[in-house]
Order: sequence, then structure tokens, then C-alpha cells
Amino acid sequence: MEFFRIHKDIPFMKRALLFNVISLITFMLAVFFLFSRGLHLSVEFTGGTVMEVAYKEAPQLDPIRQALDKGGYTDSLVQNFGTSLDVMIRVPNRAHETSTQVSANVMNLISAASGVKPDLRRTEFVGPQVGKELAEDGSMALLVVICGIMIYLAIRFEWRFAVAAIIANLHDVVIILGFFACFQWEFSLPVLAAVLAVLGYSVNESVVVFDRVRESFRNSRMRSFTVPQILDHAITSTISRTIITHGCTQMMVLSMLFFGGATLHFFALALTIGICFGIYSSVLVASPLVMWLGVSREQFIKPVVKKEEAVV
Amino acid sequence: MNRYPLWKNLSILFVLIVGLLYTLPNFFGEVPAVQVSSSRSTVKVDEAVEARVLQTLTAAKITYTGTVRDDSGLRIRFTDDKTQLQAKDLIEKTLNPVPDDTSYVVALNLLSASPSWLSSLGAHPMYLGLDLRGGVHFLLQVDMKGALTKQLDATSSDLRTSLREKKIYNSGVTRDDLTLTIRFSEAAMRDQARIVVHDAHPELTLADRAEGTDLLLVATLAPAEQTRIQEEAVKQNIITLHNRVNELGVAEPVIQQQGPDRIVVQLPGVQDVGKAKDLIGRTATLEVRMVQESADLGGAAPAGSDSFPEIRNGAAFPTYVKKQVVLTGDRFVGATASFDNNHSPAVSIRLDAAGGRIMRQVTRENIKKRMAIILFEKNKGEVISDATIQSEFGSQFEITGQFSTEETNRLAILIRSGALAAPMDIIEERTIGPSLGAENIKKGFDSTLWGFIAIAAFMCIYYRLFGVISTLALAANLLLLVAVLSLLQATLTLPGIAAIALTLGMAIDANVLINERIREELRNGVSPQAAIDTGYSRAIGTIIDSNVTTLIAGGALLAFGSGPVRGFAIVHVLGILTSMFSAILVSRMITNFVYGRRRKLDTLAIGQVWKPGV
Repeated sequence: MEFFRIHKDIPFMKRALLFNVISLITFMLAVFFLFSRGLHLSVEFTGGTVMEVAYKEAPQLDPIRQALDKGGYTDSLVQNFGTSLDVMIRVPNRAHETSTQVSANVMNLISAASGVKPDLRRTEFVGPQVGKELAEDGSMALLVVICGIMIYLAIRFEWRFAVAAIIANLHDVVIILGFFACFQWEFSLPVLAAVLAVLGYSVNESVVVFDRVRESFRNSRMRSFTVPQILDHAITSTISRTIITHGCTQMMVLSMLFFGGATLHFFALALTIGICFGIYSSVLVASPLVMWLGVSREQFIKPVVKKEEAVV
Repeated sequence: MNRYPLWKNLSILFVLIVGLLYTLPNFFGEVPAVQVSSSRSTVKVDEAVEARVLQTLTAAKITYTGTVRDDSGLRIRFTDDKTQLQAKDLIEKTLNPVPDDTSYVVALNLLSASPSWLSSLGAHPMYLGLDLRGGVHFLLQVDMKGALTKQLDATSSDLRTSLREKKIYNSGVTRDDLTLTIRFSEAAMRDQARIVVHDAHPELTLADRAEGTDLLLVATLAPAEQTRIQEEAVKQNIITLHNRVNELGVAEPVIQQQGPDRIVVQLPGVQDVGKAKDLIGRTATLEVRMVQESADLGGAAPAGSDSFPEIRNGAAFPTYVKKQVVLTGDRFVGATASFDNNHSPAVSIRLDAAGGRIMRQVTRENIKKRMAIILFEKNKGEVISDATIQSEFGSQFEITGQFSTEETNRLAILIRSGALAAPMDIIEERTIGPSLGAENIKKGFDSTLWGFIAIAAFMCIYYRLFGVISTLALAANLLLLVAVLSLLQATLTLPGIAAIALTLGMAIDANVLINERIREELRNGVSPQAAIDTGYSRAIGTIIDSNVTTLIAGGALLAFGSGPVRGFAIVHVLGILTSMFSAILVSRMITNFVYGRRRKLDTLAIGQVWKPGV
């Protein structure tokens, strides 16, 4: 079995402008949602208390919300978590109240509201100072990843490749964040981990293509190829691997989405978006960028050093 | 010819066998056990205790399947939950006959069921995080400034005393934030004071300043000294926390420093957060009282006094002390093992300013009388020091006697354990129910399993024999990853399981690259043997390049991540490293084994190789 039976190199570069416009529009949309709606940050970043309770029978959520409002917990969030029997309650931090008091109060309020005492499965309390640090550490990690990858690509290939790969893949990160902002999915620490993992992963997609580009430039049989033709050739000859690899990774991620339960749901979702846009951007956005940045054959062929011998 | 030299094959096989050995303990599951550990610092779980417990169990005809005794205590394995519960009750009764007076923690625990020859090789199952086994997690923030001010208060009291003794007239020693200021009206006094202060407290940095008509001597702590005090404070708080957590009867508590000023406390299996928090937040448990001298020789405690035992050479001697408490543990700033003027071992103790004042007054009135330090653990007091007051002293004094250095070390730890060196706040708290933990394990396991099956099925259909080889390599990767995680005893969390799954999904990339390259070579008309060789050697460069970028991302997560992100990053990075080994070396070894010896090889079972224009 072979999926890809390609006679000639596909002229990707002819449509380069189109691909970039598409990704620019997606990018702008993502930025728009990020600014207009903002990320729905998890309690790890904002501070507060999260409680997960399990009922024997599916409860009505509205009475629980009202009870919490009456109890003075405004701005609280009550939603189903995984199944209709599991409820997640999130209340912000209040001064003068310890975490034990919060969980005891909330349990009393919701037990009174629904008439049954649910089973407390998990609580999580995060003080205000922790959240701020996590946000700082997260940004720091992102910065280090970007710099590290750029330096590596610049040394291994050429600065043009480094710039192109980073632009293409950062735009993936923004698009993932845009999705989370648009649908108000919860952005938690595991999601942050997924975003950074995707960054490293989809850069390696660009690396595979660039590897081929370099090899083709050095190939004496392809001396007559123009730069766009070389890029087309590199993308075409790696496209089979690209799709199969990402398909396999995606199968694993889908398995997490289906079997991993609510805890891994958003993690898997972030990976799914990241993988889909990762293929697109690292192949169809990064390569045109390299072309426009002015890559040429000479940058890869080491000039022959002339022997300078002299007899004096 | 595609053949690996013998040494290479043997090394790969060796790594795989070692991997299998260290993965094995994870398959055996766990057996119920009872853990006995000491709840008080003065009690040790030794051979005598072990013999006593085993004797009792044998007498009651409760069968146990094995025992392990190490520094953390004694663990006894049982065949089922029922005998475990029976045994726990029995051991509890034997070791702690009086319910309120417990010297041992008897807790239910689970032990790995792997055979002992595996354990003796250091092969243990992976260490599960709280989100997989249930329990309580606290992150405590130590008030580092509080540690400094506490120390400076003690120093200022010291200075006041020594200046007075040396008759250096001053108009007061004050502490403002982290600076001490001594006011003088005469320059000569200040000059004298400078020498005195420098001799007594070389850790202080001194500066002169003038304010109106007053001459000031301003003392600050050097940065190195500040760091030292803070490090000591965190260490001492950890010791104190250990003692307190012992009282909860948790089988495997984790108390660790995280960063310069934070302490993580994890109590697996504990569900009662309220009780845990009360204990952790409790203040000092140390008291100083005067000894009731008249009633020293046995008999009932006279009116106005309490009796506490003092343990000497394993025997308890009652000591009668007055009910009136001179000082409590929160006045103690530090206790260290040191040597007195005669170079014999002693314990140096520092009190804070208020403590020093009280102590000066009490000692002045009670010279040649005896003073006792009592440590309370589980509401039960024990006299840890009973010494005669030789002269008047203040916030700094020494306990001397016929001590060995070992004894002074122990005594210093005991005194320190009674007090927190600096206040602490709970800044993060997580509780996970045990059922949720089991559910998380199942979900994580299921995702990995189904994902693996899907990838394996696809690879086998698409690449035929080479797909089977890739799947075997992927399985080897999983084996090695689990082995490394077990070997390092890194904490496995749910994000960690997700990382195992994700890493497997990414690791197949290497094999896809290799297989595609081989097909491409075949398409270009290269002979099968040569196609295998070039396919592998050309793909390796790409594989390394693409893994380096993933490693950079993983490394950054490891460096800056905390909690769940760290758990994810560790597994991710290790998985990438093991995947390079398995995808390149293991798969090549199998390929060589299958094809390497055939001289006449016309086709490879790598699925259909389509050639354009044919």
C-alpha cells in the first residue's frame, strides 16, 4: 500500500502567497479573540479554590449557583465535569478565609441546595502569589524554547531557516491560544505543556523539509533547479512522511481525547489543533518565508579553497 | 551486507534485558502491608521491636509473608486486606498499650509484590504521584523575612546586655526592619562599642552615622549571613514538619524543600485535610520550667508540680517540675551542637529578645538551682535536659554536662524540632480522592494502550514487515522508558502518563522517516541491501535534528515548569532519548537479523513501492 503516488513535484511555491494569506487571516482572528475574549485561565494561574464533587444522581446546576451566590461566593463557576454526575465548582480567593473554611462552606452550601451531600473527589487551593509566578515561568519557558530553537537552526542550517521556522511555528502557538480564547476552553498548566511540546514538535517538521532543501541544493543532479523548484521538490518528497507521522501522532492524541477523561481533554485538544496547524504552517508557511528571505544555492555549497602554495 | 558486529548486538540486547528487569516490578502489583515507624524522635524501631512484633503475630497465628526493616521503619507484608487489618490492630495494641501515649506509628501501606531478588537489584515499581494514588498536597511558603527579624531581635537583646556589662553607655538598641541601630551621645563610647559588637557578632556589618546630636552605630547582616540564616530556618522547619507529620501515621510522607523558600508536604492516602493542616500549622511544643528540687526522690508529685520522665540509658526517671512555665518553644531561635570552654561537647542555645529578658531575670534569681527543658510530642512531655544554672545568662547560653557529640547533636535536633524557625503559610493545597486516583491510572493506561494499538495496526498494514519491526522498536521504547522511570524513581503523574503516550506517538516519526527513505531508495532502483543501508544512514541525520528541537522544548519545560508540567517534561525528555536508541539501533538490529545474511535479496517486505511512469 502506498498512499502517495506523485508523478511530478507539486508546485507549492506558486500558491505561496495564498497559503500565507490564509494563515495571516487565521492568525489575525486568533489575535482578535485573544484580545476581545481573553484566555479562560485555570485556577492554577488565577488563584482560588476548585472542588470536584460527585453526585449519585445528576444534580440541577442552577440551584447550586444560586446557593453559592447567596453564600457570598460571587464570581463562582459551576459546571459539569466529564459526566453529568460530576460537578466542578470554582470560587475565587477571599481574604480572611483559609482553604479549609472555603471547602467546608461550599460543601455546606451545595449540600443544602440540592438536599444531598455529594462525594468530594478533589480540592485544589492556589494562593495568589503562585499564579503570578506560574504565568512568569510559562512565558520564560516559551522564550527559552524560541531562542534555543532559533540558535540551533541558525547553527545547523542558516539564519533564514531559523527565522522562517520560528515565525511559522509561533503563529501556531498564537492560533492554539486563539482557539482557547474563542471557545473559552480552560487554559491550564497541562495545556501550556502541550503548547510548548507542539512548538518543539512542529519545528521538527520544518527541520525535515529544510534537511531535504539542503540536500537538494548540494545534489549535483539538481543543479538546474530554481529555488522554488528545489523547495517544491523537498516538500513533495517529504509529504508522505509528514502525513504518516502526524497521522500516527494524531491517533495517539485522539486516543487520549477519547479515553483520557476530562483531565486530559483540553491537553489533547491543544495537541490536536497544534498538530493540524503545525503541518500546515511548517510546510506551507515556513518554506515560502525561506524563499522570500532570499535563500540560495551558494549558501550551502562551500567554496572550494584554493591551495595557496608558494616557493620563496 | 547489513550486519552489526557481535559486540553491538550484545550491547543492545544487554540494554534491553536490563530494561526488562527494571520494568518487571511494575507488573507485580502491590500487596497489603503494615508499616511501623517511630512517632517520637527518642524512640527507634530496632531489632527488639521487630522481634516483639513478629512474636505477637506468630502467637496470634497471623501469617505474614515477609518483613523489611530500614531507617524509615519496619514493614510487614500480608497476603490479603483482612489479615492486614487484623495485624494492624494487634500491632497497635502491642506497641501502644495506652491509646493516648503512642510511641509508634502503625499505618496501613501497600508494598510492591515484586520478588525480593528484584528489589535487591534496586528494581522498584514507578513512584506514583498524588493524582494517581490519592492524598493531600501542601505547598508552604516560609516567611524568610520573619526568620531574619527573629534572629535580629535575638541579637539586639544580646547587644544590650553586653554593652551594659562592659559599661558602654548608650541610649538604646533598636531594630527597624532589617537594621539594628545603637544610639550614643559620645564618640568614645561608640568607638568602644564598635569593638565589642564586632567581637561578639562578626556577622554584622557596621557603619557610623549621625542623626542630630546623636551618634549612631548601624549594624546590618551581610548578604551571605542572611542566606545562611534563611537556609537554616527552612531546614529547621522541615525537621519540625517531619516530627509533626509522624503523628498523622502516614506511611510514606514526602517533605521536601522546593526552591529557596518553599516546602512541599505530600501525604499519600490522607483524606482528613483539616487534621493534617492543624498539625502542620501548630506552633511550638517546647517548654522551659524550673525543677521542683525538694521532691526529687520518687513518690507522688507535690502540689504545684508536674512529673515528666527523663530517659537515661533506656530507663525512665521521673522529674518533678514546677507548673509555672518559664519559656515556650517560640522563644527559641536556634540550638546547635558545639563545644564549651573546656572543649567538651555542649549545646548552644539562642533565644529571642523577649526570651532573653525572661531568662536573665529567672537565672539571676535561681543560681545553683536546676532548670529543665521539656519537649512535648503528642501532648506527652519528656524532659530532654535537666541542668543546674551556673550563673546569670540571657538570650545565649550553653547546656553542658557529660555529653558525647552524638548526644549533643541529638539534643540540638530535639530542641530545634520543638519550634518553627520562621512562620509559614499554605499557598497551595490539593486533595485527590483515592477513587479518582485509580480512575486516572486507568484512563491514562487506556489512552496509551489504544493509541499504541492503532499506531501498530497502521504501521503493520502500511509497511508490512518493516511496520512490524517499527512496532517492535516502539515497544522497546516503551519498555526502556518505563525502566528508566522506575530506575530513577521519578514521580509519575497523569500528565506524565500523557507524556508517555505523546512521546510514543512522536517517536514513531523516526521509523516512518527510515521506512520512507528505504522506499525512496528502492524507487530509485537501488538494490534492497543497499537501500536498507542508505535508508538508515540518511535518516539518522534528520532524526537527530528533529529530536534536538523537541529536546530543547522539553528542557525548557523542565527548567521552568512546576508541578504537573515538570512531571510531563521529565517523561517527555527521557522518552525522546530512549526513542533515539530504540528507533535507530533496535530496529536496525532486527532488520539486520531478518535481511542482513541474505546474499540474494530481490525484494523487501516494506509494502508496495510505486514507481512513477511504470
